[in-house]
Amino acid sequence: MSRETMLRAIRRGLRRGPLPPDQAAMLRGRLATHPRQLIPARSRLPHADQVALFVHRLEAEFGSVARVPDVEAVPGAVADYLAGQNLPTSLVMAPHPELRAIPWSSRPLLTIREGRAEATDLVSVQHAFAAIAETGTLMLPSAPERPTTLNLLADTEIVVLRASRLVGAYEEAWDLLRAELGNMPRNVMLVTGPSRSADIEQTLELGAHGPRQLHVVLIEDRL
Amino acid sequence: MHVATSPAFKENAHRALADAGLQKALARSGPSFIARRAAAVAALPEFEQLRDTARDIKNHTLANLDFYLEEYEAKLLAAGGKLHWCATADEARDTVLAICQAANARTVTKGKSMISEELGINDHLERNGITPIETDLGEYIIQLRHELPSHIIAPAFHLNKEDWETTFRKSHTDLPADRIFAERRDILTEARAKLRQRFLAADVGITGANFLIAETGSSVIVTNEGNGDLTQTLPRVHIVLASIEKCVPTLEDCTSLLRVLARSATGQEFSVYTTFSTGARRPGDLDGPDEYHVVLVDNGRSAMLGTDFQEMLRCIRCAACMNHCPVYGAVGGHAYGWVYPGPMGAVLTPSLIGIDQAGHLPNASTFCGKCESVCPVKIPLPNLMRHWREREFERHLTPAAMRYGLAFWGFFVRRPTLYRLATRAAAVTLGWFGRKRGRFRRLPLAGGWTAGRDMPAPEGDTFFARYAKAQRARKVG
Repeated sequence: MSRETMLRAIRRGLRRGPLPPDQAAMLRGRLATHPRQLIPARSRLPHADQVALFVHRLEAEFGSVARVPDVEAVPGAVADYLAGQNLPTSLVMAPHPELRAIPWSSRPLLTIREGRAEATDLVSVQHAFAAIAETGTLMLPSAPERPTTLNLLADTEIVVLRASRLVGAYEEAWDLLRAELGNMPRNVMLVTGPSRSADIEQTLELGAHGPRQLHVVLIEDRL
Repeated sequence: MHVATSPAFKENAHRALADAGLQKALARSGPSFIARRAAAVAALPEFEQLRDTARDIKNHTLANLDFYLEEYEAKLLAAGGKLHWCATADEARDTVLAICQAANARTVTKGKSMISEELGINDHLERNGITPIETDLGEYIIQLRHELPSHIIAPAFHLNKEDWETTFRKSHTDLPADRIFAERRDILTEARAKLRQRFLAADVGITGANFLIAETGSSVIVTNEGNGDLTQTLPRVHIVLASIEKCVPTLEDCTSLLRVLARSATGQEFSVYTTFSTGARRPGDLDGPDEYHVVLVDNGRSAMLGTDFQEMLRCIRCAACMNHCPVYGAVGGHAYGWVYPGPMGAVLTPSLIGIDQAGHLPNASTFCGKCESVCPVKIPLPNLMRHWREREFERHLTPAAMRYGLAFWGFFVRRPTLYRLATRAAAVTLGWFGRKRGRFRRLPLAGGWTAGRDMPAPEGDTFFARYAKAQRARKVG
């Protein structure tokens, strides 16, 4: 193992030995307080405008958004979206309590399997931990009730987001994550639109390896 | 490691200039990168301040790199990950191979990683009976064509649609002959289907890392395709390749760097997938790898600390410098002859493979300064290239004619009176000889210059003489 060799080489370059205890303590303090740097002003808005900014940014990145007044309206919005896109009505859904609490039986045509996604799944339903208005970004941390494969394998990913979970800047979402989840989850995906590639002639094409469509059902629970 | 053709930069460049396909690709893609970055920058009023922030974060981390790497290690181990410190390329290659062998791996999927190119991971795995499969669309076709990437974020920058079709027809032997590739979309669909099977079958997934975060022990990847996420989520083992300078202190610091990364690179506000990985599958998780290894590579970086080139370690590999470089725009990435092209390559490559190998690269610059002006972490690239030119001179690596020429010029320039007399004499003489045509088609000792253009004849006086005259006239007036 080259651990000591590498650390020694770094210190030789920096022309010093290991940091003195007081300096190390200062840096540990910086890690513990994780000070914010400059945050762009664009997301410092009243909440309703943050929601509008999120929708605008996500649509600009080829995502789509359906705004619904409450949880009861989610199954209808999902069914309408699937019908509009000519998609099948069988879904693989994250086993999250909030998604389970949605009255899916109001749309009996929807067949729902809970769990992780498999290669054959066409449509997934994911739970959004938070969303970031600044760039129209969803925060999807992994957990037993929020499998990562739901963000990757299905052709269409539908994400259920409560407006009360929408913040302005990334930094606010990190604080939510620290406060509610404690340690860093195994995987945190920040997703901004459906998968794409510009590798062929530097021209954008949607649907590279991940979902070809990203649809957000936004529950306006703050209004 | 790839054999560098950097010593043959001049020949490479001549060939590139004569390559019609490459010139077509360069003419198409160059301007669009520039326009997209400009639009993204215009849409964020704080962008210039954020460049300062980004530079300061990187400087702070580099000044305390040993501390932050040890903190990172502690957090990573606590999250159930494994860290492999590798001082050299050899050690890193062997470590990756050993992890793959321990997993009984037959196929390995790979996310785009420049450090993997630098280390030559693919060749090493193949030699040992393990099949590596690049999954970034651009890297995938490069692998099929047995080429190196020509750009650090757009590996297939040099290819046209026809090249994709030809390569797929040759490599995907199950393709029906009547399969149509009329649109880019058709190419993408074919690649998606082929690679989906590969993702599902792979035993190990290897990705790079844009950042390592000391606060949390996380590695971060940034992609638009989602290939990196499939690579690190589906197989049983995930290996992260990262060089030491990728480390940043906190999530907030990383966030600030992400704000300038995508905008500088592709002109996007944010990449589609920015993913933070911290350790292996947790109890109750329904997916994710069982093992999470980070191979931490030095391979020449620590030797840059404390030198002029420490600033180069701030680089976040956005490629803005090459996208804006007139030299890259003329010859493309392959001419540079190794893994890293463009201005960042011209500074980094000599550090990693030696100035004796890569001496041409820091000379292949007009010093127009565009690269420095767009660099999100404000690396003074032209200045660093100048440092390489100085070292090259000190080590007597520059050609003899140039050395004698410089010595000759140096003799005069240190004797101002003699210099003025000599230049005056030259200007008058040349002016007299060229008085009819006003220019010279050919000049002794300046064949390299006059081969491409005419030399205008001096109008009889030197700049010094005219300036002095103007000053006198002003005083009188």
